[in-house]
Amino acid sequence: MIEDIFNLRQRNRSIKLIIGFAILLIVGFIISLNIGRYSITPPEVLQTLIGQGSKSQSFVLFQLRLPRMIIAVLMGAGLAVSGAVLQGVSRNGLSDPGILGINSGAGLAVLMFIAFYPSTSLAPPFLMPILALLGAGLTALLIYMLSYKKGQGISPVRLLLTGIAVGAGLSAVSIILTLQLNPQNLEFVVTWQLGSLWSSDWEYVLALLPWLVILLPIVYWKSSVLNMLSMSEHIAGSLGVSMNRERLILIAAAVGLAASSVAIGGGIGFVGLLGPHIARRLVGPQHQFMLPIAAAVGSLLVLMGDTIGRSFMEYTELPAGVVISLLGGPYFIYLLFHSKK
Amino acid sequence: MNHVQSKISETPIRTRPWAATLIIFTGVLAIVFGIGASISTGVADINLGIVWEALFAYNEANDQHVIIQELRLPRALAGALVGAAFAVAGAIMQGMTRNPIADAGLLGINAGASFVLVLVFAFAPWLPFKYIILYSFIGAGLGAGLVYGIAYFSKGGMTPLKLVLAGAVIGSLVSGLSQALSLLFQINYDLTFWSAGGISTAEWFQVSVMMPWIIAGLIVAMMISRSITILSLGEDIAAGLGQRTRLIKGIGTIVVMVLAGASVATVGGVSFIGLIVPHMVRYLVGVDYRWIIPCSAVLGGVLVIFADIGAKMVAIPYETPLGSIIAVLGVPFFLYLARKERREL
Repeated sequence: MIEDIFNLRQRNRSIKLIIGFAILLIVGFIISLNIGRYSITPPEVLQTLIGQGSKSQSFVLFQLRLPRMIIAVLMGAGLAVSGAVLQGVSRNGLSDPGILGINSGAGLAVLMFIAFYPSTSLAPPFLMPILALLGAGLTALLIYMLSYKKGQGISPVRLLLTGIAVGAGLSAVSIILTLQLNPQNLEFVVTWQLGSLWSSDWEYVLALLPWLVILLPIVYWKSSVLNMLSMSEHIAGSLGVSMNRERLILIAAAVGLAASSVAIGGGIGFVGLLGPHIARRLVGPQHQFMLPIAAAVGSLLVLMGDTIGRSFMEYTELPAGVVISLLGGPYFIYLLFHSKK
Repeated sequence: MNHVQSKISETPIRTRPWAATLIIFTGVLAIVFGIGASISTGVADINLGIVWEALFAYNEANDQHVIIQELRLPRALAGALVGAAFAVAGAIMQGMTRNPIADAGLLGINAGASFVLVLVFAFAPWLPFKYIILYSFIGAGLGAGLVYGIAYFSKGGMTPLKLVLAGAVIGSLVSGLSQALSLLFQINYDLTFWSAGGISTAEWFQVSVMMPWIIAGLIVAMMISRSITILSLGEDIAAGLGQRTRLIKGIGTIVVMVLAGASVATVGGVSFIGLIVPHMVRYLVGVDYRWIIPCSAVLGGVLVIFADIGAKMVAIPYETPLGSIIAVLGVPFFLYLARKERREL
């Protein structure tokens, strides 16, 4: 009974927070729509949205900014939820698809495709998430196998070390490959790797959307399993969770989310770390409350990072990934400072 | 105390002076041969006879001689020096901190040096190289201080894992900041290539400045090698044996800063040399740093010279960054260490 009241309170709090974040996200969206080399004021944005704007305004808004921002929101949510799942499954608060090297694996697969694609045209956007998934899946498998030790299973510490090392190796291979591309592909790859969203258009939105629409509900549906897995292997086992199967499904979903986001938006690190941590601070560790908030925080982060990067300088822009790593790095250090293990 | 004593008797200090002498001897031969081979490989193929001529009967009118003297020779020399410097820096760090995964690249030292160098390129691009290299030392110190500081002052105390994590994050922070700066200030320096370890840009004016620093660093490293051996048994034991551990640690840190800083200023941040080489050497010659340091210097030089030959050959006519090649070799080694390590990482 007491627990029920507790849950109720937490649920109310979580719903309030979700509404709050939704409003923040909308505000951020409107601000982001205004900002850029071609500035459009809020009333003009509204006018353009209902189809009353000038031709150049509607072109900037609908063809350049809107798809880019939608991708920012989508991939922010994807990366944050992916991080939350990885943290829960590995029982390590420092897990993140970027730190564990999964993003690098996805990136390398896409890069290999671009490098060996017969024509000089750019890779079709719908194929990229699939390739990225292949790369990320293989990387995750490799990391899992390398950090598995007979009799001890997976220790969270070894998982992190292995992930960092595999990530470093894969990015080294990526650099070797990158330097052999033709100039046109090279520019595309370099900006993409840094997590700049400039090449986004509606096609990319469509390529990313189905992945999130399928995978996010699956993860949310499994949030009670995640709660148990994140406690302890023994507790989860004795509560009747068929550990290995559930863990595998969840890891696959996390890898899929990270891979599709990276394929479309490029390597943006730390979102999977910051989103879940901030959410846990706000609503506690229970995943059914925490996951939506984490997704919202992630979206807000990437949107903010992209907006800041765009308004930072007049003639060039800073990739969103760089902006976020400047925010996320200090936070990671803060976490490291306070972690006991 | 009893506990410590039993530990010492369990692991007797093994040294193999004969193996070490052999390594140094063949290593020096390999370096000489490697420099020759490195000079003769490249986009323009030059045979060894002409290399010999260019070195000992230089003729300014001959294009190939000019290529050798102006481009290939400084590059090969820089490779040998940088390899020795990174390897010895790694060995000293491992010995002093008793941390098996210490390496200038992994623990943020290279990142700190690169960041300060980017600042210098942004704000004072007119500065001559002999002053730039001093800033690189400061940056190396800052990076090391930051990473060790984070790990040291964190709640659970310093562990190798925390050091690696802090190093990785400082690295990614620095690369983000450097990118932002280079965009802001329109630095027309091939930053990506250099930060990935681009040895192809090494020129005489750099080599002539960094050479004395690195040689001095190596000499001082040799002078304190005995103390490092004692320190590597544990700080308590070293203090008990009457060693002034603070002094030795201070000197060791400065040597690491100079060796890594001078190398980063010339070729950019190359990780894993300081990890791979000392471990191999320790396996071959035992745990006495009087042998580990010279052997590491020699084998580090050999590794970089041959990796650089590889960097030229992987994708002719493009250059591949040295740092990437070494990382491809170094990562499996790191994984092996992380797996094998019996101590709680």
